Parts: sequence; structure tokens; C-alpha cells
Amino acid sequence: MNPAIKINGIHKSFGSLHALKGIDLTIEQGEFFALLGPNGAGKSTLISILAGLIKPTAGDISVMGFDVVNQYQQARQLLGVVPQELVFDPFFNVREMLRFQAGYFGRGKENDAWVDEILEGLGLADKAHTNMRKLSGGMKRRALIAQALAHKPPVIVLDEPTAGVDVELRQMLWEFIKKLNREGHTIILTTHYLEEAEALCSRVGMMKQGEIVALDSTANLLNKFAGKKLRLTLGDVSLPNNIQTLLRHQEKGIFTFALTDMAQIEFVLSALKAADIRVLDMHLSEADLEDVFLSLVGKAS
Amino acid sequence: MNNAKLTNISGMSNSLRGPWTLLKKELLRFWRVAFQTVAAPVITALLYLLIFAHVLAGHVQVYNGVPYTEFLVPGLIMMSVLQNAFANSSSSLIQSKVMGNLVFVLLTPLTHFQFFAAFLCAAIIRGLVVGLCIYLVAFCFVDIHIANPLLVVAFAFLGSALLGTFGIIAGIWADRFDQMAAFQNFIIMPLSFLSGVFYSIHSLPPFWQKMSHLNPFFYMIDGFRYGFFGKGDISPLISLSVVGGAFLVLALITLKMLKSGYKLRA
Repeated sequence: MNPAIKINGIHKSFGSLHALKGIDLTIEQGEFFALLGPNGAGKSTLISILAGLIKPTAGDISVMGFDVVNQYQQARQLLGVVPQELVFDPFFNVREMLRFQAGYFGRGKENDAWVDEILEGLGLADKAHTNMRKLSGGMKRRALIAQALAHKPPVIVLDEPTAGVDVELRQMLWEFIKKLNREGHTIILTTHYLEEAEALCSRVGMMKQGEIVALDSTANLLNKFAGKKLRLTLGDVSLPNNIQTLLRHQEKGIFTFALTDMAQIEFVLSALKAADIRVLDMHLSEADLEDVFLSLVGKAS
Repeated sequence: MNNAKLTNISGMSNSLRGPWTLLKKELLRFWRVAFQTVAAPVITALLYLLIFAHVLAGHVQVYNGVPYTEFLVPGLIMMSVLQNAFANSSSSLIQSKVMGNLVFVLLTPLTHFQFFAAFLCAAIIRGLVVGLCIYLVAFCFVDIHIANPLLVVAFAFLGSALLGTFGIIAGIWADRFDQMAAFQNFIIMPLSFLSGVFYSIHSLPPFWQKMSHLNPFFYMIDGFRYGFFGKGDISPLISLSVVGGAFLVLALITLKMLKSGYKLRA
């Protein structure tokens, strides 16, 4: 079985800017994959190359075995991309747009049942005959996602799909996308909401300045990089030097430490006791993807 | 997993549906605003006809035996055909680029030739619809006969194809509305007004007669008019060759631009 996406040594330069520096990445069919990274890391450039909107300077990408440059017709048939920008065609209503979009991919009336399913799944059914121009921002976002799905692509790429979207829509969107994933669709997601990636994705790739700096299952990344988070309320004090290195965050007398093992809790507490600092409150929690993200890319950005 | 079902690319067998959908969308786009895209140019052409016929009839000598008002009608029809064919492809592309929704077409498996064909056919149809409407309305005011319908159709078709193609080039090249307006105001308008729509070039001084031969619009207007009256400033075969040749050259340039992704795919 061909991988859903295979990226081989992709480089992209815009003039003197080396936006992508040799990306290698394989995403298997059926995966729910997250691509994370700060603004300017190169996520959208990579997705644009995958979608055929930008040509790579070097390297190649295939979608289920079809090269996105030399076999673009087959590759694009298999790919549904939700663009990041909230774009729409003001001349048509939602259903017309979906029919057109499916039609560009060679699909006709036999596809109408699927279009209805998308409209239902994304909560757009009662807006089917509303002109795109008259939709609210959230509704336009839904229509944008619906358009990418109109030809029922097996590989779906969502580039920041929940930027500026309310909680209700986010929930609805993820329920629908999870259902598609269960049915066999491969999902690739870029997002700034790290908790979304953590909750949804089985594997995560993190990008920084045009390179992939981490690529592993979500669980492994959490184990490898983060461990535990210890939050102590200490008030207005200055920490002893020997525990400064463990400090991750400090705000209004609340100090957050990143610990790799439980033994370090004792170390921190004894250091505080030696310095005669009283612990007013204590909270211990599992680290999340945000900690991994910050430890890998946060400092540089 | 249900990959067997998912990888069944049933659409591939129906390769005409893609470009046909794009053509249908482009046609609907101008038809939805027909008041602006069809009615407005018909009114404009009629105003030209009424005013110029009223002011110049009897003052301007065109062909022997052809009254000025009759002479004016085919020129006005063709000028509108050309301007509207250009406007259709160019405005659709620049709007889609500025709005960002061209991405929906760029993400599809449509080939560069299918993209070209759909925009071209929509431009031709818009040009012909506007031309036909002006003809039908003008018919109420002016007694016009068509000597050679085949020539009329051939020039209307080729002329709108040429300007539709030029509109695609302009739409791909321009990044902003003011750049597109420059195309309209500094190329399309002067060339169409100086092409002999309102006069026979034989009434011009020799230098300007020669200059008129460098204007591709002159061949389209003159050839089209030849179809109406069976006479013109030059042979319709020369005009047909010039217009056909120009179309082929522009079509090849457009296809090359689209294939390379010029300004559309970075």
C-alpha cells in the first residue's frame, strides 16, 4: 500500500529566503497527522507544494504513489486541501459551489448524496441556498472546508482550519473529521491550537525554520520531551540558583517547573526549604504538547 | 479502512465534466449579472448608434451606396463583441485572483488546456450574446441585410476568441484592478476606437491609413463589416488570415503561460 503522502528532500527558496530546507516525511494511509510550528516555519509552503500551488526548488512529493508535479491530475484527485485564507466566490450559493467543486473533479449528480452528507456534517444544511457573500465568518469557514471535501478525497489537508472559529464549530468540525478518519480518510492538520493536535492526532511533526525538528507519535513526544509540570505558588521571592534551570514560567508569584522525573520534585522542594521559601500552593500535572512545542521551537521563536 | 472505495477515481473516466463545469460556472457568473454584462453594453452601443447617426449621417462619406447609419451598425456590434469577450475572461480572472478564490480551480486536476478552453468559450459566448442582442435591437431602427452570413459568424467567432484570449493574458498578468483598467483604457479602447468603427479608413490621410493596418481591431471590424455589405477596405481573406494568425499566436502564448504556472503557481 502506497503511503498517503511521501515527501522526499523538499527544498523551496524564495529569492534569498530558504523557506524549506530538505523536508522528508511519510504519512501512512488512515493516519491523523498534525504538522505544528510557529508562523514562518514553512508549514503552509509545504502544503502549497503538496497541493501544486507552489513549485518546489528541489525534491518531490507523491500522494498515494502519484507525483504531485508529473502526475498532478491523479494526485489532485486524491487530495482535498482546505486553504488557510477565508476565500469564497461571491456569485454563488453554498450548494452551487460544492457542485462546481465536485464537477471540476469529474463528479456529477451521483455525488449529490455526498454533498448532502457534507452539508449535514458541517451544519450547513440550512445554508445550502444562501449566497456565499451572506454567510458569517464561521459559516464561510465551514463552506471552505466543505469545498475541499466535495470530491470525497481520501487524503484531506486542513491548513489552520479552526483559526478564528468559535468553540461550537470546532467541536462539530472535529467530530465530522474524526468520522472521516474512522472511515479511512487520511487527515493532515496544521494548527496553532496544540490541545487540538494532542486530542486528535496520533502522530505529530514539528517544524522550525524550514526543517522538521521532531517527528514521532504524540505519546512518545510527550514522554520524551516533557514529563511533569510542577506549579508552585511562592509569592514574591527569588529562587535559589540550583533550581533556576528547571523553571519554565513565572508569573505573579506562580512558578512552573518542567520535570523529567518524580525525583526532581523532592529536589525542588528541598532547595526551597533550604532557602527558607514557603510553598503556599502546589499543583502537579502531566505536560502537554505545548510544553514539547515550547521546548523545541518556542525559545527560537 | 475502506481504501478500495476511496481510491476509486471514478471521475477520471469523465474527463470532459471538469472543463464543462468550469465553463458552466463562467457562463453563470456573467449571466447572474446580465444587466451589467449584457444589457449595459447593448445600451451603450445603441447610444453610439443614435448619437453618431444623428450627428454624422450625410456628413461622412463611407462606401458608395451604403448609408452611414447602416455602415455604423456592424462596426458597433463587432466593437461590443470584442470588448465584452475581453472583459469576460479578464474580469473573471482578476476578480478571482484578488478575492483569492482562483485557488479552488488551481487545486483541481484540470489541465492548462482545459482551463484555457473553458475561459475562452465563456468569453466567446459572452461576446456573441452581446453582439446578437445589439443586432436584434438595432434591427428595429435600421434596415440591415447580411450579404455573407458565414463571414459574419467567422469574424464574430474569431474576433471574440482573440480578445477572450487576450483577456486571459491580461487577467493572469494583472495583480490589481488598476493594472487591468490600464489594459482597458490604454490598449482596448484606443485600438477599438481607431479601428474604423465610425469611419472607413479610406477617408483618412495616407499615413493614418497605413497606421490603421497595424491595428488588429481594424481587420476584425472590416472583415465583419464585409460580411454585411459584401465590400470593405481590404479583402476579407487578408483580414481572416490576420485575425486567425493573431489568435493562434496569442493562444500559444496563453497556453505556455498557463503550463508554466506564470503568476498563478509560485
